[in-house]
Amino acid sequence: MAYEAVIGLECHIQLATRSKMFCDCPVGFGAVANANVCPVCLGMPGALPRANGAAIDAALRLGLALGCAVREESVFARKNYFYPDMPKNYQITQYDRPLCEGGSVPVAVGGATRGFPLTRIHVEEDTGKSFHPEKHGDRRVSRVDFNRAGVPLLELVTEPAFREPAECAAFLTTLRRLVRWLGISEGDMEKGHLRCDANVSLRVAGTSAFGTKTELKNLNSIKGVEKGIAAEIARQAGVLESGGRIEQSTLLYDADQDRLAVMRSKEHAHDYRYFPEPDLPVLVVDAAARERAARALPELPWAREQRLAAEYAIPAYDAQVLADQRELADYFEDVAKSTNPKAASNWVMGKALSLMKEHGWSAADWAQRVPAKNLAKVISAVESVAVTATTGKSIVDEIALSGADPEPLIARNSAKSSSDDLLPLVRAVIDEHAGPVAQYLAGKTATLGFLVGQVMKKSGGQAVPQVVQELLKAELAGRVTGG
Amino acid sequence: MAIRREDVERIAELARLEIPADDMERVRAELSSVLEFVATLSKLDLAGYEPTTFAPSGAPLGPDEPNGRRLDPLTATAQAPEGEDGFFLVPPIVENLAP
Amino acid sequence: MSATETWAWPARDVAAAVNAGSARAEATAEAGWEGPGRVWEADVHAVVHADPAARAAAARASGKGPLAGVPVLLKDNLCTRDAYPTTCASKILAGWRAPYDATVVARLRAAGAVIVGKGNMDEFAMGSSTEFSCYGPTRNPFDLARVPGGSSGGPAAAVAYGLVPIALGSDTGGSVRQPAAFCGVYGLKPTYGRLSRYGLVAFGSSLDQVGVFARHAGDVAAAYEVLAGPDPFDATTRLGPAPDVSAWDSGVAGLRFGWPANLWKEGVAPAIVDALERAADALERAGARRVAFDFMPGTYAVATYYLVATAEASSNLARFDGVRYGFRHADAPDVRALYTRTRSEGFGAEVQRRILLGTYALSAGYYDAFYLTAQRARTRIRHEYRDAFTRCDFMLMPSAPSAAFRLGEKTSDPLEMYLSDVFTIGANLAGIPGLTVPFGRDAGGLPLAVQVLGPEDAEPVLLRAGRALEVGGERARLARSHTTEFAWPTKR
Repeated sequence: MAYEAVIGLECHIQLATRSKMFCDCPVGFGAVANANVCPVCLGMPGALPRANGAAIDAALRLGLALGCAVREESVFARKNYFYPDMPKNYQITQYDRPLCEGGSVPVAVGGATRGFPLTRIHVEEDTGKSFHPEKHGDRRVSRVDFNRAGVPLLELVTEPAFREPAECAAFLTTLRRLVRWLGISEGDMEKGHLRCDANVSLRVAGTSAFGTKTELKNLNSIKGVEKGIAAEIARQAGVLESGGRIEQSTLLYDADQDRLAVMRSKEHAHDYRYFPEPDLPVLVVDAAARERAARALPELPWAREQRLAAEYAIPAYDAQVLADQRELADYFEDVAKSTNPKAASNWVMGKALSLMKEHGWSAADWAQRVPAKNLAKVISAVESVAVTATTGKSIVDEIALSGADPEPLIARNSAKSSSDDLLPLVRAVIDEHAGPVAQYLAGKTATLGFLVGQVMKKSGGQAVPQVVQELLKAELAGRVTGG
Repeated sequence: MAIRREDVERIAELARLEIPADDMERVRAELSSVLEFVATLSKLDLAGYEPTTFAPSGAPLGPDEPNGRRLDPLTATAQAPEGEDGFFLVPPIVENLAP
Repeated sequence: MSATETWAWPARDVAAAVNAGSARAEATAEAGWEGPGRVWEADVHAVVHADPAARAAAARASGKGPLAGVPVLLKDNLCTRDAYPTTCASKILAGWRAPYDATVVARLRAAGAVIVGKGNMDEFAMGSSTEFSCYGPTRNPFDLARVPGGSSGGPAAAVAYGLVPIALGSDTGGSVRQPAAFCGVYGLKPTYGRLSRYGLVAFGSSLDQVGVFARHAGDVAAAYEVLAGPDPFDATTRLGPAPDVSAWDSGVAGLRFGWPANLWKEGVAPAIVDALERAADALERAGARRVAFDFMPGTYAVATYYLVATAEASSNLARFDGVRYGFRHADAPDVRALYTRTRSEGFGAEVQRRILLGTYALSAGYYDAFYLTAQRARTRIRHEYRDAFTRCDFMLMPSAPSAAFRLGEKTSDPLEMYLSDVFTIGANLAGIPGLTVPFGRDAGGLPLAVQVLGPEDAEPVLLRAGRALEVGGERARLARSHTTEFAWPTKR
């Protein structure tokens, strides 16, 4: 029996606003426990919420970027349940009139881009954090920290349009890219800025009715999402194939053990008693506000990617890498305006990205350390052979750490291409490496590369390789004839 | 409109209230009489009336400026029934009931 | 008036003297405690948290302003940061000290008022008699065997016997207007959104308003001016400046008042009906015109209220769970037990009853039939009031079906207690202002009162009507800005 997986995702995006969703406590991290709290986010008697305009703005930008319909009047609602990390034992969220509906996310899967449709995006507040029980004298207790309580979250729900775990992973990668691009979230799953639960069901391939779905939680990384969903699909297939029925339940995925554990089954279905939040007025986003937000949207990553490839005549792969982050794409364009765009692409994708990775610098950090015009100068110098590529790379290494202007370094390390400079080095190498020379003369032409490398080394990287190669060939040819 | 004992138990559970067994009948009867009274609302003609959305709209949204009313950790946890090192302490959470 | 009798003065006179330097706040704040407090407080029990050293310090720290040196008692559900706990007369908040001031409290302080303590109330504002308090009941100064009304019974009684000239309460279904009527003082519930709820412990969020008690219409106006206005911390406050009540003494000539006599054809004590008729005559003497019409009976409003208010309350009171503040049941083995035992032991029976009712109204399968239906009925009730106010500028109505009832008389039947709110509840559902105006005594010496209701932002009109009734409709007394003697309770 061939089964088809039907998967829907529910994502939570933690927003990078300065203050919380319903109060003015700072949204920080690494702070001492219960340091970013106030009467509102601690749920103290008498405290009242007030919606954060920047969070609404962020939601609006995401919704418009994804082509959602934005409601002119959306409603905050209370979701009532008891839990120690809930300061009020209700969460302020949105229920039957959310801010955004519809829309889709364009995801590149298997070489083609498809739109995965969304159901809705709405605004809500995060909970605090409770920790696993620990020993406390002769008892066990759990600690609770409310620093995170009230942090703004966007909840994004997709239609059950995914069929493969890989599609889900690609979706999350795209979503992460977009929220960072828009500057609304850091989107780091490991830090909890982007969270994902999955609803998974199976049906006989070719049928249209939905099977019983299970809910999958604790998917803590993009890889974990892919593996967890795959594990659940396999589990369900196993149950169905042995004639069993799928029970509606919630499962936790343990990525280290690659194992699923049932968290709870259907009997614990919650009655959240949703009702409109009486402490907050209807959220009004009129046409003028929507237009302003739409105009303020930056060029979206997929549009930028296409434009970079077209405008700068670089391959699609390059454009994809460069347009992964907005700061990087902006940087590339700044560099490309002052030098050869394809070279600019190579240098940004190559040297710059590898230095960023090595030192843990963000693209914004990099742009501060090596202003675009400076990188452009180095690239141009290499292109015009004023310096060798090797020299160019070490200049970049240096200015990335010192922040210096590359021009003096370019002047001091100009490429050596005159025979007068290079011939002594060539002859010295031939004298020092009799073995490889003999091999070359015996017909093993590949050894030439080794000899070129040795000359390069002697010249401290300043010799122009093509010139070295010509000189070596000429000298060696002379040796054959016994000159 | 009388309410059944099972309903009282269900809503008491939702509300995290414990009704002692020998109080259950009294509570059930009291709730029933109030519910019977409120059921008279069904006699009102409500055609064309939408549910009230009460709060006057137009209140400005918050300016995303931190620090206005922040408490320090000592004050925040000072009156915690049980606290330690700036944390609130609770008994173990037996089932993971978070939605 | 001797300086030591400043407790008997209108609040405006106290403030004028303190601002002029002819009285000191330390003396004016203390006068009520030294005089009537010694006579009455032990029997009446209006106050639940007091601290002589703290009030002396507050008096010393107070400055000039519209309420300079005026001692004020606050209902125990208003958050106060300094000396006094805020407990809502509940075991579950025993001893809790709020780390912040309610906005209305901050505004009082900024106006020079001296907070002198917290007043008794029904637990979490759920009640109509102040008998459901963990501190024991408050008694009516006019008859110690009777209730002062509720849920703001403490503040009302304190004003009535002279401890303070102004007190703040809260009104969700009548909890300022009904005790004001029982205690023979003015009680104002403002238009919803005109006084900030930030720092008022929430009961029914879409119904709650902070309210003002005073012995004189002009003092209500003075307090309203200080307190009213938008608050960035309360998103339900109305934008723009509050209505201007400075013309509270300008009379009612040319105003029309609605006369919905069908509402008191039965079920209302004869003495109250008589007070209504005398009040109507007084208003007519003062130049207002009576407009008779029938109005929607209040029983639908009571049913609507007990669904909306309890639903909101069931959610608002979920935060009392023993985790972050307040009472906690010790040695609970797990979190579920912590919640259930803390709440069952910490909340009184009436509070638990309302939480259950509200939870039921919101629960799956019942939300449409109960909560949503109630919210639709509420819209209809608002429309009824709005229609009525196209025909008149304000309406005359009872505050309560009877004068103060006896302690223990209604505590055994919740429904009977709920139905005593029949004349006050509508204003909370409609968000409109209401003012209780004391108007005479019954044969047994108990205070009688009438209520005036107006459309949104009609506080100026209500105060004009209250003032006109204060001087019996006599235009001459009105013209002389006559300050009436308050009819004090006599100790038996």
